[in-house]
Amino acid sequence: MQQPNKLTPFFENLNFERDDNTMVINFGPQHPSAHGQLRLVLELDGEQVVKAYPDIGYLHRGIEKMAENMTYNEFLPTTDRLDYIASTSNNYAYALAVEKLLGIEAPRRAQVIRTMLLELNRIISHLFFIATHALDVGAMSVFLYAFREREYAMDLMEDYCGARLTHSAVRIGGVPLDLPAGWIEKLSSFCSKVEYELEHTYNALLQENRIWKMRLEDVGVISAEDALSWGCTGPMLRGSGINWDIRKEEPYELYGELDFDIPVSDRCDSYGRYRLYMEEMTQSIRILRQLMPMYSKTEPQLMAHAPEYISAPKEEIMTQNYALMQHFVLVTQGMRPPKGEVYVPTESPKGELGFYIKSEGEPYAYRLKCRAPSFFHTGLLQEILVGTYIADVVTIIGSTNIVFGEVDR
Amino acid sequence: MRKYVPKDNVQGKSYYTDRFWVAPRVPRSEVEEGSHFADVVKALGKKAKESYIEIDTLVVHIDAKKNLEIMTILKEKCGYTQCSEQSAVDYLAQDGEFELFYQLLNIAEAKRVRVVCRLKKGEAIESITSLYKSANFAEREMYDMFGIYVNNHPFLKRILMPDDWEGYPLLKTYPLHGDEFASWYEVDKIFGKEYRDVIGPENRDPARIDRYDTKRFSRVGYEVPFGADISEGEKEQAIEYSSELLVDYNKNAGKQLDERK
Repeated sequence: MQQPNKLTPFFENLNFERDDNTMVINFGPQHPSAHGQLRLVLELDGEQVVKAYPDIGYLHRGIEKMAENMTYNEFLPTTDRLDYIASTSNNYAYALAVEKLLGIEAPRRAQVIRTMLLELNRIISHLFFIATHALDVGAMSVFLYAFREREYAMDLMEDYCGARLTHSAVRIGGVPLDLPAGWIEKLSSFCSKVEYELEHTYNALLQENRIWKMRLEDVGVISAEDALSWGCTGPMLRGSGINWDIRKEEPYELYGELDFDIPVSDRCDSYGRYRLYMEEMTQSIRILRQLMPMYSKTEPQLMAHAPEYISAPKEEIMTQNYALMQHFVLVTQGMRPPKGEVYVPTESPKGELGFYIKSEGEPYAYRLKCRAPSFFHTGLLQEILVGTYIADVVTIIGSTNIVFGEVDR
Repeated sequence: MRKYVPKDNVQGKSYYTDRFWVAPRVPRSEVEEGSHFADVVKALGKKAKESYIEIDTLVVHIDAKKNLEIMTILKEKCGYTQCSEQSAVDYLAQDGEFELFYQLLNIAEAKRVRVVCRLKKGEAIESITSLYKSANFAEREMYDMFGIYVNNHPFLKRILMPDDWEGYPLLKTYPLHGDEFASWYEVDKIFGKEYRDVIGPENRDPARIDRYDTKRFSRVGYEVPFGADISEGEKEQAIEYSSELLVDYNKNAGKQLDERK
């Protein structure tokens, strides 16, 4: 038995000395494949996992608490820090929840821009997934190629909103800016570039790659029943053969008008999910191509007209007294949504990102709950890791595509 | 006299409130006959205390003791196969209760139901992990953030906060910047409580600025070498608060008029 003191500290692998020879190892929180701050306590029998316990909270910043202490507009930039790989999708999910609560709708041009940004963010996030997943499994070159394309996508985001990572590119009631001149052409050439690279680089490198298939096929198998029960959403659910995409089933923004397919895989394993991510990027490009001609047909209004909640455009504030007064009240006090509660789900690149907001008619949300897809996907790890080998643990974590900004909040 | 600040809710509040302003309410509508939600309400029967539709979601108020029973009906008879989210809202200051909600999803019909129940302070709720495994993490988070105990949970333990944390962060009584325990957490843990005096509370204040500190603060307008002494012999003056009143109101400072002028 151990007697820990300052000179001989507690040796964690107590179990190793037990009869059954299992060994406890801490995977993370600083492990490069832990995708941030995941500490996974694994009990191993040889190389096989007997028990897995995901320990999270190393990146907890109390974002839900902060939401209760900020006005609705103040909180919006904080949502960038949830899923920081695709921040616009968080901004949008939050803005949509508040808009549903207020009962307003963004003007048409804002909707076009938002949908474009959402899909661009999906591509950014999926490229990041391919890059890090391949890196975790051992394919270094895919990482470099995917990050090259991701840079181009981030350049586009930078051209639009000035930020590359924490975009805050959406506002409650619309978008802050119109697209800069020439942006659509750049987006168009980016789409062709990614389409080409998808086929000739990523698919060529990975899809039929023997090592890649050996590492991914039949690894991390999640049955449809388990996926539903564990709260899996997004590619994790579709990878288990369930055709569920919120963009299609509960359409928001312009998704009801757009023509796109939802890829579904019934392989239930990591390889099926990898194929889904690739196919979703193709579909995102298809959506972007449909959106580009839509933009020029819209009126230039960018923010919804709701003087009680949303400031008037800058020109009106500068010329009209009443608009200035409204603006002053909204900036100093914040908007006061009606009493009520709302839960709005959106399809973020990782899965169902939903915001539950309880309003008591005050400028501060009474309670805000962020339903993050990665949080539930992390919970799933304790079940699917059992019985796998330690080399596959990295593949499975990579395949769940968890981001710790939104797991820990 | 200091302004009265309620202790049961220390969250951010609007500094200006119109006394005559009454907040409107998001419209709630009745459940329409023949719709999918009508079938759900029918399946629940009298177990549902109140049900209405608020922003495309069916909201069902139930008794907290019957949560598992009602969830079973919703899962098995109405096809709500996924529990998207589960958490609580703190209404301790107003009613001495928590409001718990379960956000359920029916994938076949693309419909959502929110089951809401009220739980008195100190009471425990039955776990629904036997039905929805996603509640495993969600209930742990609720316990971590609000201190609500969940009966028959497989592993009820703090999830986001450290295991040895005191206090429940999402309660309305918990300040945004943390309580005293929070501000000394690392010191207590690494050095021991007696080190609180050695370090001093001013060093645990994240907003503290030492104007002669050239190691942690830069200067606007001119640069100084790292760690250089720029005090020029002047000593750092600690901010001292006078215990006496600076203005003495008692000594003939003003006089009261006997008559109105």
